[in-house]
Amino acid sequence: MIATDLLVAQNVGFGIISLLMIIGAVRVVTVNNVVHAALWLVIVLSGAAAQYLLLSAEFVAITQVLVYVGAVMVLFLFGTMLTRARIGAESDLNNKNWFLGIPVALLMLGVMSYVIVDGFGSERLIENSGDMQPIPVQVISDDIFGPYLLPFWALSFVLLVAVIGAIVLARKD
Amino acid sequence: MLTTQFLLLGAVLFCIGVYGVLARKNAVMVLMSIELILNSVNINLLAFSVRHDSVDGNTFALYVIAIAAAEVGVGLAMVLLIYRNRRTIALDDLSEMKG
Repeated sequence: MIATDLLVAQNVGFGIISLLMIIGAVRVVTVNNVVHAALWLVIVLSGAAAQYLLLSAEFVAITQVLVYVGAVMVLFLFGTMLTRARIGAESDLNNKNWFLGIPVALLMLGVMSYVIVDGFGSERLIENSGDMQPIPVQVISDDIFGPYLLPFWALSFVLLVAVIGAIVLARKD
Repeated sequence: MLTTQFLLLGAVLFCIGVYGVLARKNAVMVLMSIELILNSVNINLLAFSVRHDSVDGNTFALYVIAIAAAEVGVGLAMVLLIYRNRRTIALDDLSEMKG
């Protein structure tokens, strides 16, 4: 890791966005208010969309904003408001053994970081990151409707079943 | 940009999500933590997509997003059903199948 190419604009942007994402993610799992947790999750998901843009994946970034920030967050807020009478801080959001999650998560993070740093070290993502071109949607669609058509069909079935299942489960009868 | 930085960001988000799944009692909060985990996987997929100069990672990231949307829909319908029957969504209280 050389100091001169550490401060290119992409790395600075990456640092700021990932800091925001990590703060948001920690708040999602620690805050005492379900609605606030959902709003912190919006920051994490938007930050992820920005990271996808840094990785030159424009179409995935736009889909992320449309599907996650648009649809999934509305679902979460609906779920919160339909299942709870009051909107406000709650003291019993955690299990009584919640502290056991901390060593598990830290151990996992330690092992994964060791493996990642050991395996990839200071390898460049791409030789000259100024050369990264956005991936055209046409290429992605050729990929989806070419070699990955069968997973796409399976995915359509999963979505159909999920829609039917959600209606059947949540219907008042 | 280094490969490691994106993979480490994914690892950090994944571990925060795992902590959330383990520590939270509220079912909606557990679903939110699962969303964190799925997003960290997407960051990894796209990083490897750039690293291998291939478009497959983008395709699979889109599939993961679609699966996550379906999962949240069904999950919240189940949470709603549990709330309607039990007046609570605390996962500790759902212990009928405990041996």
